[in-house]
Amino acid sequence: MKRSKALTILRNGLLDENPTFRLVMGMCPTLAITTSVANGFGMGMAATFVLIFSNLFISMLRNFIPSKVRIPAYVVIIATFVTMAELFLEAYAYSLYESLGVFIPLIVVNCIILARAEAFASKNTPLYSALDGLAMGLGFTGALVIISAIREILGSGTILGFHLFGANFQPALMVSSAPGGFITLGLILGFINWMTNRKGGNKE
Amino acid sequence: MYVSPSPHIRAGTSIRRIMLDVVLALLPACAVGVVMFGWNALLLLCISVLTAVVTEAVITRLLRKPASVGDLSAVVTGLLLGMNLPATAPWWVAVVGSAFAIAIVKMAFGGIGCNFLNPALAGRAVLLACWPAIMTAWKDPFAAVDAVASATPLAAMKAGEIPDLLNLFLGKTGGCIGEVSAAALLLGAAYLLLRGVINLRIPLSYILTVFVFTLAVSRFNLTYAVAQLLSGGLILGAFYMANDYTTSPITPLGQIVMGIGCGLLTVIIRQWGGYPEGVSYSILLMNLAGPLIERATRPLVLGEKMKNPFKKKEAGKNA
Repeated sequence: MKRSKALTILRNGLLDENPTFRLVMGMCPTLAITTSVANGFGMGMAATFVLIFSNLFISMLRNFIPSKVRIPAYVVIIATFVTMAELFLEAYAYSLYESLGVFIPLIVVNCIILARAEAFASKNTPLYSALDGLAMGLGFTGALVIISAIREILGSGTILGFHLFGANFQPALMVSSAPGGFITLGLILGFINWMTNRKGGNKE
Repeated sequence: MYVSPSPHIRAGTSIRRIMLDVVLALLPACAVGVVMFGWNALLLLCISVLTAVVTEAVITRLLRKPASVGDLSAVVTGLLLGMNLPATAPWWVAVVGSAFAIAIVKMAFGGIGCNFLNPALAGRAVLLACWPAIMTAWKDPFAAVDAVASATPLAAMKAGEIPDLLNLFLGKTGGCIGEVSAAALLLGAAYLLLRGVINLRIPLSYILTVFVFTLAVSRFNLTYAVAQLLSGGLILGAFYMANDYTTSPITPLGQIVMGIGCGLLTVIIRQWGGYPEGVSYSILLMNLAGPLIERATRPLVLGEKMKNPFKKKEAGKNA
């Protein structure tokens, strides 16, 4: 494995092509479950696990899957690992399993995973593909943790369940409901675009 | 405001002059609010205006845009938001609401003339969604202590009582700081009409719709219908917020459609909704419908034939 290529893959997943903030993919779990850091982190980790192994296996099988039926084939592989993740969470992290609810099985149709299978794993060797899955998964996790930290602090006044402020603090209920998710995500995206434009502007 | 096709004659009006007129028109209602509810009302109004102005100044500075604080539109937004708060609210509620109204609703979409929602109302809606208990803690007029007191007239009417009409008209009633006195609000509206700042299309069609619809719903109970007109934020919303230049249609017919739509939604929310008051949500909803209304009521260019504005152009043609 070449070091420079590996570094590029990592950098792409975490920053330049961050699935949430740069590619704006996987919005459904991003908006729905980022009400607490624990949920955001758990979701990110489950998706990372699925991404690594689905990328790895799809890459290994890439020369055997006929291109006409590749999407069903990918979905079967992805669904296998999602089922494993779901059973694992149900067995060992039941409260997380409860609060993530339907969004765990929905990882199957998470467009980040299908997109990486199609755009990366089907064209690259297994090791690079697994690394890409790791980088993208960590990028997704990082983004979820950032969003959910903002929403948990403002919407419930806690971080990872610990109360941050005194008893007089009145949390802004809207931030932990759906509109708060949209507004938080929109503001972060706007801020990142603004930063990127400023950087680009200085170069010229 | 009706924008006719060119050529135009330049008048001496400016945004600043118009906004100054609006502030002057709002002052009597603010004064009544402060007299009724005490010093905390004045404090909330001042903090709200100050936050709006500071937020706009900071944002224009950060984004290196031309400073727009001088046009006084931020003052109007801050003042309207303050008038939409209950007098018992803590000071930071005014700060959050005002900053949200200016930073997110107005400046994030491009500043004055570009926002698609009325900033003050959107700020109020956010506050209501964030802190419902604080935003509905009403105070009796002239109450010495900050006790949470009786219901607003609208809530009382939902329970089946009809409050005294004269008290409603003058403002001796519970409610938001700036909405209680119909008399003071109408005085300001008359000034704005004389100055030519507003026209009657939206306010009148709005209020008439509410009146007629309420009359029909209440089986022609005239006292009840008049009480519904005078209570809640209807007068404030109809004369000062529904006809906001930026967020209401510019076509005359469209303005009437906007007024009627606001009226229908207000009565529906008031009569059958979970909230006692529906003025702010109905105006916000009609703000969203604004572009559609404008498209449907666009005047014809000389010689143009009437056609369905919502029909898609046939593929291939005019491409």
